[in-house]
Amino acid sequence: MVQQSDLKATDSPIIQMRSVSKFFGTFQALNEVSIDIGLGERVVVCGPSGSGKSTLIRCINQLEKHDSGTISIDGTAIDGSKASLNTVHANVGMVFQQFNLFPHLTVLENLTLGPVRAGRLSKTEANDIAIRYLERVRIPEQADKYPAQLSGGQQQRVAIARSLCMEPNIMLFDEPTSALDPEMINEVLDVMVELAESGMTMICVTHEMGFARRVADKMVFMDHGKIVEMSDKEKFFKAPDSERCREFLQQILPH
Amino acid sequence: MIRILLAGSLCLLIAGCSSDWGWYVVNPATKKGMTNLQFLLSGFYFTVLLSVTAIVISVVLGLLVALPGLSSRKGLRRFNRVYVELVRAVPILVMILWVYYGLPQLLGITITVFWAGVIALALSDSAFEAEIFRAGIQSIDKGQYEASHTVALSYTDTMRFIILPQAIRRILPALGNQLVYMLKMSSLVSVIGMQELTRKANELVVTEYRPLEIYTVLLLEYLVLILIVSAGVRWLERRLQTDQRNR
Ligand SMILES: Nc1ncnc2c1ncn2[C@@H]1O[C@H](COP(=O)(O)OP(=O)(O)OP(=O)(O)O)[C@@H](O)[C@H]1O
Ligand SMILES: [Mg+2]
Repeated sequence: MVQQSDLKATDSPIIQMRSVSKFFGTFQALNEVSIDIGLGERVVVCGPSGSGKSTLIRCINQLEKHDSGTISIDGTAIDGSKASLNTVHANVGMVFQQFNLFPHLTVLENLTLGPVRAGRLSKTEANDIAIRYLERVRIPEQADKYPAQLSGGQQQRVAIARSLCMEPNIMLFDEPTSALDPEMINEVLDVMVELAESGMTMICVTHEMGFARRVADKMVFMDHGKIVEMSDKEKFFKAPDSERCREFLQQILPH
Repeated sequence: MIRILLAGSLCLLIAGCSSDWGWYVVNPATKKGMTNLQFLLSGFYFTVLLSVTAIVISVVLGLLVALPGLSSRKGLRRFNRVYVELVRAVPILVMILWVYYGLPQLLGITITVFWAGVIALALSDSAFEAEIFRAGIQSIDKGQYEASHTVALSYTDTMRFIILPQAIRRILPALGNQLVYMLKMSSLVSVIGMQELTRKANELVVTEYRPLEIYTVLLLEYLVLILIVSAGVRWLERRLQTDQRNR
């Protein structure tokens, strides 16, 4: 992986969202959301269920199409065009709550299919890189197993490695530990912390506030499709501006 | 399954001892019986060739019709509905007659009995294959499409490497059913003179006047063929399932 820490804090943000709105039928899931994310920045998004956290990050990689406003990645407008699709494919990786591994393929095949089909790597190169990332997520010995033979924590680490094999500049995480048994959460968070320390640009939807305290450069709190609070972690945890955010933190933080 | 078959043959043998039966007509110990038996068995060739060719075409056709049915575009979905509803409404025998006698006149071409049979059977079956594929593809979790998108797979690659391999595993029993159905329906092609199992039996009945014995042999021929196919499909299912373990 490219060491990006020294590139951090460049002037132009790698992700720029301006007044982005998204409707599901008549229901407004995102309401005029604006946010800038710099290269190497780590953003943690939290908020109550249904507040639009998933929708926010899914609009970034075009899993959802926003209805108004603009999103750009690395200067390219994300508008459903071929160019924007290429930009998303080249830059953005994503890890899901439900892992979404390909159940009929081995771990190694899960990791190599993308890079090989994209024509970026030969089969042997892709295998080498896949093994390297499996070592990084500490499960190289599972390469020839099928997803169903792994524990939840291992599956999620495979999913992270699968995304990394595409060598993205930005990683999106949508509640990556919410479907895991408690004893497996840390093995996944450890991998994510390591990734954050390597300088990856990350947007993580998570309620793991310990993780947020460790890595977040920017904290975002959403409610009813709006960004209600956006600040650095010191201010966010000590003295958030909005009452709603304070209440929410009180609910999820251990007393 | 084998036991049922044995019991069945035993019943027939016992019944064959009564004076009404004349097994001599297909008794392999006599020269005449042997010739007759070989004549009947030679029908396997076209029954199998016809059915297999038709099922291959109908599976491909079915998939091509199923995919537009899954599109977000209304026009494509409508094409799928119209095709399925129209084709499904035509009785197979009518389809065979229409393709053999009607189609050449319409297009000004000549068509062999074999290809008329293949086209008619494949067309008829394709509507059902299309519905099976559509259901199978729809049963795949949408997370699989989303994950494919995040690893930069194109629509074609997503279908080819992710969705269809999983869908086909799920619909294999239904596809096996269609093959069995096809083998049975191929008997209808006898009406336009295809020399398959049923036609051979019909012709022998005309010369030998022993319909009971000859049609009994015919019945057993289909039974054996279909039991073999069923066993094959089950074997394939087991083989593909081991890939996925406890999924
Ligand atoms: N495909 C969809 N169709 C209709 N409504 C949707 C769809 N996806 C999301 N929504 C609605 O949009 C709102 C925001 O959804 P979203 O998934 O972004 O919330 P979230 O903050 O991620 O919540 P959670 O913590 O439960 O994951 C919810 O009220 C949800 O019901
Ligand atoms: Mg969500």
